[in-house]
Amino acid sequence: MRAVITVIGKDTVGILHKVSGICARRGVNVVEVTQSVLQDMFAMIMLVDISGMTSDFSTLADEMSELGKTESLAIHCMHEDIFNSMHKI
Amino acid sequence: MLNTFDILETIRMIQDECLDIRTITMGISLLDCIDPDIDRACEKVYEKITTKAKDLVKVGEQIEKEYGIPIVNKRISVTPIAMLAAACPNGDPVKFARTLQRAADTCGVNFLGGYSALVHKGFSAGDLALIRSIPEALSVTNNVCSSVNIGSTRSGINMDAAALMGEVVLESAKITADRQCIGPAKLVVFCNAVEDNPFMAGAFHGIGEPDCEIHVGVSGPGVVRAAITKYPDATIDQLADVIKKTAFKITRMGQLVGARASKMLGVPFGIVDLSLAPTPAVGDSVAHILEGMGLEQCGTHGTTACLALLNDAVKKGGVMASSNVGGLSGAFIPVSEDAGMIDAALAGTLCLEKLEAMTAVCSVGLDMIVVPGDITAETISAIIADEAAIGMVNNKTTAVRLIPAIGKQEGDMLEFGGLLGSGPVMPINRKSPAKFIARGGRIPAPMHSIKN
Repeated sequence: MRAVITVIGKDTVGILHKVSGICARRGVNVVEVTQSVLQDMFAMIMLVDISGMTSDFSTLADEMSELGKTESLAIHCMHEDIFNSMHKI
Repeated sequence: MLNTFDILETIRMIQDECLDIRTITMGISLLDCIDPDIDRACEKVYEKITTKAKDLVKVGEQIEKEYGIPIVNKRISVTPIAMLAAACPNGDPVKFARTLQRAADTCGVNFLGGYSALVHKGFSAGDLALIRSIPEALSVTNNVCSSVNIGSTRSGINMDAAALMGEVVLESAKITADRQCIGPAKLVVFCNAVEDNPFMAGAFHGIGEPDCEIHVGVSGPGVVRAAITKYPDATIDQLADVIKKTAFKITRMGQLVGARASKMLGVPFGIVDLSLAPTPAVGDSVAHILEGMGLEQCGTHGTTACLALLNDAVKKGGVMASSNVGGLSGAFIPVSEDAGMIDAALAGTLCLEKLEAMTAVCSVGLDMIVVPGDITAETISAIIADEAAIGMVNNKTTAVRLIPAIGKQEGDMLEFGGLLGSGPVMPINRKSPAKFIARGGRIPAPMHSIKN
């Protein structure tokens, strides 16, 4: 089971560290990361493996959106099924 | 493999273009709750609903978190209550309405539909008592919705029922006049009602359905509008293609959520309703899609053609995305629930007659239309009959949800709030159809009803 974490917002120091920190604490393994910085805008997409997750999905999603609020970033954590079903036949 | 573009597109649809699941609706059969003692029957109804749907809201919220997609409403539909009322002829059917409200409160759902009667060919036991009790039932409850099917392509139109429903709609508005006439906003009069509709106010759980199942109604006018504005110079057939592709994506999401909910609740998956359901929120309007196709304002000449194209493309795109399609499936045009429709009605561009024409090609019918409070019951009945005739002859579901604004005139507004929005009082034709309505009887089914 995998999930997609997206982070969009103004680039600041340590975003990747904070997001992956939460993942590590929750037993979520980061599989792949793509990120780009356009001028001062930061966009990161992280594919993570949640099969060994130690909490339930809502806790992880809540924690990510909390981090988003404190860092003024839009952080979404969504199950990969939604992307697969919408974009693949 | 997932690609960045697809991921960002999904997030943009949800964040900026108001993409959501409008409703997951649990259909529950109450046939095993029938009892000659009305109090006993109510007790069984309460037990059954609160047992079957006890986790509905919780599961809905869990899925919202998991997929990051808002599920705006969680709803329940039940067997038409007239069937239960039939077994207790001396009981007051409003007791059932109060029970349904109590069950809705316990489960925490937004709406509960099924205070309904199916009388397209005639009244059977329980039907008349239930229909006459609708105004009171809608007045003493908040979340209970009611519907009456008065016609079908197979059986014709029950004009006695049409006449009666005119009175019921008006009475329902009168006794809720102090609450923005909210009563009739929860009442739909159908022709060709469907048995697996997840949308309110017309949802009920048909007798051909299983004991319990889950339906999903998707939404997403904002996404379609955003998609077509990217192609300002596209031809009509290219536009149809863009809408199909967008509808496919929207519906896939509905299919995913429905399948997940069905698994988590241990209840069979019923259908996905391939719908474009607007809300009063900015950027969530069906009227704005039609305007995006090139109309200066919704309601002008060309509106019916644009809507026909939209409705057809939504179905074609959606049908491949889901294994179980049903419900009303198509584009909804409720006036008070659609920012673009409200503007068009206020500007005088959108009138009742144009809306009637639009209902021949949209998914349902005259929906959430506010009419002057001094409208007669006969005029309401005649509007119902006109609409039912369109449904009967065209083999489609049509419906009427009119709200007579008691004490108000053209140009005034009714404010319902929430998903129901707000609506301007629209002008009606003042010539009387009273003599036609007073005749009673049944309009025979059309020639093409004889198919076998």
